[in-house]
Amino acid sequence: MAEILQLLIFGVVLGSILALGAVGLSLVYGILRFAHFAHGDLMTLGAYFALTLIVSLQLPFFLALPVSAAATILVALLADKLVYRPLRRTQPVILLIASVGIALILRSAIQLIWGSRVHTYGQGIQMPYRIADITIKPDHILIVVGSIALITAMHFFLKNTKIGKAMRAMSDNRDLAQVTGIDTDRIILWTWGIGILLASCGGMFLALDTQLHPVIGWRLLLPIFAAAILGGIGRPYGAIAGGLVIGLAQELSTLAISPAYKPAVAFALMVVVLIVRPKGIFAGRSI
Amino acid sequence: MEGLAGYLIPFVTFAGIYAVLSLGLNMQWGLTGLFNIGIVAFAGAGAYTSALLTRNPSDIFLLGLGLPFPVGLLGAMLVAAILALFVGWITIRLRADYLAIATIGIGEIVRLVLKNEGWLTNGVRGLDRIDRPIIPRGDYGSNLVYMIVVLLLVLAVYLLFERARRSPWGRVLRAVRDNELTAMAAGKNVVSYRLQAFVLGAAVMGLAGALWGHFVGFISPEAFMPMQITFLTWVMLIAGGSGNNKGAILGAVVIWTIWSSSQILTGYLPNELATQAGAIRMLLVGVMLILVLLYRSEGLLSEGHQREQDIRRQRESGG
Repeated sequence: MAEILQLLIFGVVLGSILALGAVGLSLVYGILRFAHFAHGDLMTLGAYFALTLIVSLQLPFFLALPVSAAATILVALLADKLVYRPLRRTQPVILLIASVGIALILRSAIQLIWGSRVHTYGQGIQMPYRIADITIKPDHILIVVGSIALITAMHFFLKNTKIGKAMRAMSDNRDLAQVTGIDTDRIILWTWGIGILLASCGGMFLALDTQLHPVIGWRLLLPIFAAAILGGIGRPYGAIAGGLVIGLAQELSTLAISPAYKPAVAFALMVVVLIVRPKGIFAGRSI
Repeated sequence: MEGLAGYLIPFVTFAGIYAVLSLGLNMQWGLTGLFNIGIVAFAGAGAYTSALLTRNPSDIFLLGLGLPFPVGLLGAMLVAAILALFVGWITIRLRADYLAIATIGIGEIVRLVLKNEGWLTNGVRGLDRIDRPIIPRGDYGSNLVYMIVVLLLVLAVYLLFERARRSPWGRVLRAVRDNELTAMAAGKNVVSYRLQAFVLGAAVMGLAGALWGHFVGFISPEAFMPMQITFLTWVMLIAGGSGNNKGAILGAVVIWTIWSSSQILTGYLPNELATQAGAIRMLLVGVMLILVLLYRSEGLLSEGHQREQDIRRQRESGG
């Protein structure tokens, strides 16, 4: 019983991180209309920016977080300006290939700058809380609370601000949104901003929870896509649930199968959803 | 002379193997518009299948049947095709991006299976002593003969695919790619055509993987650098001219030349950067991919150009 509870906790932690990635991915998909394959590598980039701030400049984690997120957003905006924007008028799949190219560039650049060895934020050893046979690290609480805060903030932004409403309108119908005078270019910038803010924080949380190496983001791409598809791609709220389902499923699967096959669980779930409900388990209204 | 041939023969052999991969991708993406970024999964499955079928028996892992080389190649194509049938059956009726994501998934799963199922694949230690046909590795002329075998297979795949492209079957594939609804309205079974193209392309990728394994002699989950094989093939096809079989081969040769010379250049790097050579070269692949997309998205030999030639030839022969 304790083992299952422990796995549930790990699952919620992983699920929160996946949700942060999947929500951003879904937002970008809903508004820019292409599957953004550089999303995972932008998560990695955010985590590495934080590494430099924490290890070299001795900044505390909560200060490094917003600074690295801002830097990662700038990189995403630069990629948008130089690559995605000129290709916007072509087919979405060309943008998809371009994002694969961006992913490749980001990953090799990360490897060049920070090396391919494993890093940690190295903030000393934390005393875990023990309740009966279950252990919870303070980092785990930080990750889950941080994710909830970020996603709640995104929710209020989408619901209440003018830009948030414009984003939802554009996700529903781009041409109609343009006709009503919404500045679509500006909305696209905001979409990158919010999507990559969530993603880079997800990357930093992942590095806080485990270790940092240049391919963590690429490895994460499959589960976050699975989460986004589970929730119905283009629907950020579905992606939250999708992230939690995938996170829990991956951790609980270790009860039955070898942990080596954890990534395959995300894929298997995605396949099942694609067969049974291709529009996602939470198909319904969009953002 | 010896030295030059010693460099040139492996160079041409690898270029040939990549040409086969690029032709396979052209069948999937170029003709039919099916997005596959799990090329390495099909190539890897092919390499392992052929190695296990042809290698001498071993007491460490299960197979090692000692069958002849052509049987290995056929087995490789068959296993890659079955894998593609499985992925394709699930995702091909859905949107292009779902297929793309599913192919990442299959790439990841193939890697995990190769790594963890030691009884079958010898795990991370990989399979060694995979031999070549006709003249064994190390003997005089082995490289040359193998290069000829590879080039003949490139020619065979090219002729077959070129014939397929010009046939009514190939025309349906292009129709499915360019306008699915029209193809459907014309009574074509779109899902079935897509699946056929996907499976055929994957089988050829399996063949390329097998050729790679027999040439190098050693395969392991890590030796199949997933990034390198998958993305180099993509750059090759797009740079060469997607939709054009000649372009696929030309792209493979040009990009392989650039890739190989980048290895010579990174050889001159100062020591502290030398360990990063791989990353620098992958950066180059990414930049090449983006530049081609931005400035020459139709590739060196465009499909339109090829179509014009086809039509002219038809007119001349038809009178």
